Amino acid sequence: MYREKRSREFYLLAIFFAVFVLFLYGPLSAILILSFQGPNGGLTFPLNGVSLRWFANLFETQAVGDFGGSFRRSAMLGIMVMLVTVVVSLLAGLAFRRKFIGATALFYLAVASLVVPSIIVSLGIGVLFSQLGLQPAWYSSAFGAHLTWTLPFGVLIMFAVFNRFSPAYEEAARDLGASSWQTFSNVVLPMIAPSLIGVGLFGFTLSYDEFARTLMTAGSFNTLPLEIYGMTTNVTTPVLYALGTVTTIFSFLVIAGTLGLIVHLNRRRQRS
Amino acid sequence: MATMAQTDTENAGRVRRQSFRLPLAVISYLQAIPLTLILGFFLLLPIIMIAVVSFWDYDFAQMYPDFLTMNYAETLGSWVTWKTYLNTLKYAVLVWAITLVIGFWVAYFLAFHIRTTSMQMVLFLICTVPFLTSNIIRMISWIPVLGRNGLINSALVNSGVISEPVEWLLYSDFAVVLAMVHLYTLFMVTPIFNTLMRIDKSLVEAARDAGASSWQVLSNVIIPLAKPGMAIGTIFVVTLVMADFSTVQVMSGGQSASVALMMKNQMSLLQYPAAAANAVVLLVLVLLMVAGILRIVDIRKEL
Repeated sequence: MYREKRSREFYLLAIFFAVFVLFLYGPLSAILILSFQGPNGGLTFPLNGVSLRWFANLFETQAVGDFGGSFRRSAMLGIMVMLVTVVVSLLAGLAFRRKFIGATALFYLAVASLVVPSIIVSLGIGVLFSQLGLQPAWYSSAFGAHLTWTLPFGVLIMFAVFNRFSPAYEEAARDLGASSWQTFSNVVLPMIAPSLIGVGLFGFTLSYDEFARTLMTAGSFNTLPLEIYGMTTNVTTPVLYALGTVTTIFSFLVIAGTLGLIVHLNRRRQRS
Repeated sequence: MATMAQTDTENAGRVRRQSFRLPLAVISYLQAIPLTLILGFFLLLPIIMIAVVSFWDYDFAQMYPDFLTMNYAETLGSWVTWKTYLNTLKYAVLVWAITLVIGFWVAYFLAFHIRTTSMQMVLFLICTVPFLTSNIIRMISWIPVLGRNGLINSALVNSGVISEPVEWLLYSDFAVVLAMVHLYTLFMVTPIFNTLMRIDKSLVEAARDAGASSWQVLSNVIIPLAKPGMAIGTIFVVTLVMADFSTVQVMSGGQSASVALMMKNQMSLLQYPAAAANAVVLLVLVLLMVAGILRIVDIRKEL
């Protein structure tokens, strides 16, 4: 099957795959193009001239509400969620390497966190905060709400990583006289670093784009997805697309930077 | 940090005596505490709160602690609720079936027809990248494509296939299902790809040597072995669709409803106990579905 000539099945599936990729990226590129719509253009094709007017519009506060502020909040929240997700998932992954009472329950609690509808989490945290007399805010209630979505991903990834991790390396390090901390920081950590960066990427992007869980928990200041969702109902100019283009490019840069870092780490490890 | 420093003391009972060490069991608990606390406070407690509040009384401004079954009676006694549940299940079944077919063939192509690992990873990343960008942006990106003056309609009108723009492309069930497939297919591709990559290639060769046709290899070897991946993908897709309100709201233009959208509307009217009763019913339904799927697959083994 492998070194033979390509079969007809291959070409059919290759076409299918290409159509799938077109399906994924096609609509996004429509938004990208339309965000350069001329000053008199509307929400659909054709382009009525080309301009940067809608990008300039983004930074006038009355046109789109608080774009700068909501972007800053979302980025900050994403970074907080990323850091906590990486550390907590790593610790939980290490814990799950041994059997302990309650391990199965905790594992299924993490799975439950993944399958409980996001709007229920949002409603629950909203009601909980109001009953406790706490003021919901993006850095407290929304932060916790995002963690219920990013942590299960992180924990499952770390679980998979340690499933494949041979204890032989640690034993070798210990035989050579390394302390526990040295074994962890010089042997285990470099080996799982690419996975940890992957967990961080998930943590940041899932939080940066999260919407349903923020709905009831953001308090008085909107995050970026809430701002965009509000715009879908009351903004009728291409400024919506300009915002879409800017945030998507930001996401692409984050993803590209992270992947670059992972490739770099892998190369360095192979060389040494 | 003290907990991390002690992490790897467990293997093969090699614990040395020279320094003070925490017992292994204690270390595990210390490492598990942060996750337990976060999920306890932001997941378990809120769900318990919802269950409690679903029995409370309310008016236009406030909730009153009570023990009433009124919220459930109103929710389950209304034909609107049943229709909405049926509609949500309809979306779930349609999206599940479509993403399963697309997901399997994409994963199969990547796992069995791409020869080098690096090419597999590149193509897989191409599929993954859009899923790391904003759902809402990806949703509204369909509007200029499907709309009355959108790309598809103008192309069809200009080429003379139709004389009037098609109305049902946008703001319809079709648009909702299309957008959900667009948003959620990766959740099917990834777990199936993961299981397919773990199939021992010699199994396929053995089947071939024994005279099986490509179709027989597919239906008797590969698909049965891919079932755990399909089950995990199903969990993701079904729970995401059952919880969806933004796609239904934006893509149906307010003409269709889903359970979560109904909840969201109750929440914006401050009818929290009613929304909570709905939440409990939805949660029970979703957990039953997931429990049913988990009977055929052990997630811990598949990771």
